Amino acid sequence: MKLPLSWLKDYVDIDCTAEELESRLFSCGFEVEEKIIVGGKTDRIVCCKILSIEKHPNADRLSVVKADAGKFGILQIITSATNIFTGALVPVALDGATLANGETIRAGKIRGVESAGMFCSGEELGITDDWYEGASVNGILILSEDYPLGEDMKKILETEDVMFDINVTANRPDCQSILGLAREVAAALGKPLKMPDLTYACNNGVSTKNTIKVTDSAFELCPRYISHLITNVKLAKSPQWMRRRLASMGLRSINNIVDITNFVLLEIGQPMHAFDLNDLGGKEINIRRAKPNEKIITLDNKEFTLNENNLVICDAFKPVALAGVMGGLNSEIKESTVAVAFESAKFARDSIRKTSRTLGQRSDSSARYEKGVDFYSPEIGMARALHLVQELKCADIACDEYDLMETRPSEKVIETTLKDINGVLGIEVPSDVSVQILERLNFKVRLNGEKLSVTVPLYREDVEDYPDIAEEIIREYGYSHIKPTLLATSSITNGGRDFLQRKSEAIKTFLVGCGFNEIITYSFVSEKEFGQFGLKCDNAIKILNPISEDMAVMRCSLLPSAVRAVCYNLNRKNENGRLFELAKVYIADSLPLKALPAEKERLSLAVFGDGEDFFTLKGVIETLLEEFCFGKEIEYAVCSRECMHPTRSAEIVCGEEVLGYFGQLNPALMEELGCEKPVYAAELYYDRLQAFFSDKIVYKPISKYPSVERDIAVVVDETVPCGVLMSCVKEAGGKFLEKVSLFDVYTGSGVEKGKKSMAFRLVFVSYDRTLNVEEIEKAVNNILSNLKEKAGAVLR
Amino acid sequence: MASKTEELRQRVLSEIEGVRSVKALSELKVAYLGKNGAIKALLRGMKDIPAENRAEFGKAVNELSDDVSALFEQKEAALKKKELQEKFASQAVDITLPGKRPLSGGLHPLTIVKNKIIDAFIGMGFEIFEGPEIDSDYYCFQALNIPKDHPARDMQDTFYFTDNILLRPHTSPGQVRSMEKGKLPIKILSPGRVYRADDDASHSPMFHQIEGLVVDKGVSLCDLKGLLDEFVRVIFDGDTETRFRPSYFPFTEPSVEVDVTCCKCHGKGCGLCKGTGWIEILGAGVVNKNVLKMSGIDPDIYSGLAFGLGIERVTMIKYGIPDIRTLFESNLKFLEQFDRR
Repeated sequence: MKLPLSWLKDYVDIDCTAEELESRLFSCGFEVEEKIIVGGKTDRIVCCKILSIEKHPNADRLSVVKADAGKFGILQIITSATNIFTGALVPVALDGATLANGETIRAGKIRGVESAGMFCSGEELGITDDWYEGASVNGILILSEDYPLGEDMKKILETEDVMFDINVTANRPDCQSILGLAREVAAALGKPLKMPDLTYACNNGVSTKNTIKVTDSAFELCPRYISHLITNVKLAKSPQWMRRRLASMGLRSINNIVDITNFVLLEIGQPMHAFDLNDLGGKEINIRRAKPNEKIITLDNKEFTLNENNLVICDAFKPVALAGVMGGLNSEIKESTVAVAFESAKFARDSIRKTSRTLGQRSDSSARYEKGVDFYSPEIGMARALHLVQELKCADIACDEYDLMETRPSEKVIETTLKDINGVLGIEVPSDVSVQILERLNFKVRLNGEKLSVTVPLYREDVEDYPDIAEEIIREYGYSHIKPTLLATSSITNGGRDFLQRKSEAIKTFLVGCGFNEIITYSFVSEKEFGQFGLKCDNAIKILNPISEDMAVMRCSLLPSAVRAVCYNLNRKNENGRLFELAKVYIADSLPLKALPAEKERLSLAVFGDGEDFFTLKGVIETLLEEFCFGKEIEYAVCSRECMHPTRSAEIVCGEEVLGYFGQLNPALMEELGCEKPVYAAELYYDRLQAFFSDKIVYKPISKYPSVERDIAVVVDETVPCGVLMSCVKEAGGKFLEKVSLFDVYTGSGVEKGKKSMAFRLVFVSYDRTLNVEEIEKAVNNILSNLKEKAGAVLR
Repeated sequence: MASKTEELRQRVLSEIEGVRSVKALSELKVAYLGKNGAIKALLRGMKDIPAENRAEFGKAVNELSDDVSALFEQKEAALKKKELQEKFASQAVDITLPGKRPLSGGLHPLTIVKNKIIDAFIGMGFEIFEGPEIDSDYYCFQALNIPKDHPARDMQDTFYFTDNILLRPHTSPGQVRSMEKGKLPIKILSPGRVYRADDDASHSPMFHQIEGLVVDKGVSLCDLKGLLDEFVRVIFDGDTETRFRPSYFPFTEPSVEVDVTCCKCHGKGCGLCKGTGWIEILGAGVVNKNVLKMSGIDPDIYSGLAFGLGIERVTMIKYGIPDIRTLFESNLKFLEQFDRR
């Protein structure tokens, strides 16, 4: 909300600097986002009087002018302007002057003749007719009054001002106006507020109620509607003071009637509208929901097709305004207007917002309504508008008005105690201070011992209970009074991460120890990516209003994001790396969503670069599973996912359950992604792993008896996987087989083509005695015969 | 006779002198001191010596044997020392060559900062509570006292799936869900991903918040100040101060915006804090009575404190990261700068 200091001074005596005011506003909840010195740029431009005008000796279109600039002396200025005349008072930019656009003016020779500076137009001074009559003229600004020669133009034009841009929080729509902010400033500075004049006299003997019929058929969208007629309208330019006020806030002057409505919006914060009475068919105003496909053309000549969610102001036959947003072209104020129906209303902010958004039509009025207008604002706005009509003598005022409402809300009284208020704050604010603060903020206060009865000002619809009162007191008293305590009255709680939260941190620490860097990627991806990775997207959850195609669908796998991160790094010559992400995927039971979808945690791993292969990744996964899912029998099965390399990828299986998959990414997919290097990645179903997490440690004593090692090497078809041989060994190893490990795989000379030699180390141990040679031989033989029988493997 | 032992002594001395390896020495030792060695041979020749001289001869041979043994020991020690020196010399490495390093990974800076925050509050008795990211209108708005016509619900700000189901725009629904469980007192932190339709150098459509909530008897704004003072000291420097200023959030009343003294200039005023010496870091307040009521907590008995902060913002300020998007690009050159520090 913009607040010019000069306008603020109409309502409050300001005896502090702009900086002091800014800091006072800041501490009571109104942050000044920007403080602009209006007109601050222009410099060394003064008033001078033209003494003589002669033709330039070397140029037809230029004149040599002598001008008296008071204390700056008699100046010789070369100009091309034709609207100046001897005796005229004009602004002149002296040597070194700065124009409103920041341009610097220097004295110099023009076509061989000295010029001490430049005469200025209104535009060069940054003003229009609305600020100073004649400023919009194409030529030099001719000043209309007799000002002292050599006087600074900023003083003459009163352009120097401080403009605050204040951040008004959403709970304070009452401060979306100059008056509203002035009220806060007055309270903050402890000064009285000078209310704008709301008085007027009815002087035409016309009755609004006898002339038109106004009905409100939609109180839920229009809780209050005031309509007041003015007649004998004399349409004219507004006075300079009003035009300047409008101009300072960036509004263009239209005519006195329209200007009054805009002025009231800025000053009081109440949007107003003016209808030409002659255009109201049937002399009727009805506030109702639009009919389906009803049409309106607004003031800016745009046509809209409406529906029952849009509120319209209608005459007996047709809409004449899109309520709260913009008037209709069919009833605007024009040359021929002689009588006007003023509208001052409260419309529901949600309704205005929806209409404004869906139709893409905004105005200062709709912006104001979206923030919320209180119930009492319409009557103040109307009174102020009628006062201005009277002050500007631009019409006669009818003797009565329509004031339509369902019920008038009663005055809010909050019964509380100082103890409750101080309890919220945690400090004791002296009772007289609390009362003073509330009274300064226009609350009516009755203090009876500890009991406090507070009547809320009508414009403060945000204040509902004692915490609101506590906030009012502390923001004026000062938050610096709040002293830190550490939950002095609160009970002690244990706190900390729970088991699964600790495990998540432990897994991350484990991966970091394995050289992985954690990544965090967006939860939404492009739909295209789903297809690329061959992921089923039937149950993918789509965002209704995504900000881009790349972030349109909630991901149901972490793999594409991990792979994308790898490609990003490879493209930037980060040629080696290990990445992980522990995050959620989102899976709908059915679409469209009726209930909240499942959010499942997944863990993605990706490795790439020199020294990385299927087995480096598998090693990490094996260790991770052993560390965190201790004692679970994990198997690796053939993986047939489209995104994975068909012969270098595996499903991780535990019993019936798939825990994830990993391997090299399908080279065809990687080529499509513009990445030629092999990339290995895994996606683990973390939610399923979690079920296996345990903190339970079962100690197993170490055998007192010596263990016996036996190495065997078998020759087997190259296609037989190690896992099959391992299970053969375990199956036949007997109760003393403690451990089997593969220690060599060999193909080449000495081994038949198409075969491979695999060497295993077997460790046997007993926990109650020393094993004898025969027992071990028997076990080894059983293993060998099982290997031969089940896998065709023979001892080498 | 004496000459015989003396002759042998001289021979041994000269032969030992010429030996260059432990192996050759041990061979020589066998040749003299072994069962069939030269010295034993002398003793075997005893029978040819006249009886009266035998004792003297025996003594001389034994002396010789002891002396020679000692000589061999001396020589062996010297040779071993030399050989060890040669071995070490041959094993020498260039100690200035680079070491073979294990791979080093690291947590994401957002996780590092999140953990610091969590650890600070865990010490004050807080638990961690994580709610769903896809949540209902009720939990994201209504239960937080954000009525239907509140501007915060605008389509521009929040991502929707249906009229009623959306991506949470803040971690505040965590407050409601933990209060609904009905177990009091409550001291929780609710960290997680949140989403808003915004995308530029300081806004990301996905970012992280941490919401804190305390519900107990008699908690006040002073407690909030105490908690947050403690927290900023852990995250920033020990001398960082907080400042409250009035603000507005629908779910707290009173509401405050919390500034901290600028970590770069320590309050003097610089580019980072736009010359004010203060940086806005989080929003907080006393939980709105309506919010407590809606979650089934009696606001006349209990009161609550809540605060919420953006982890990205804290991270960017702490490490001086200018563009939020850097955090989500997964560039190793970026990530590797935060390794476990």
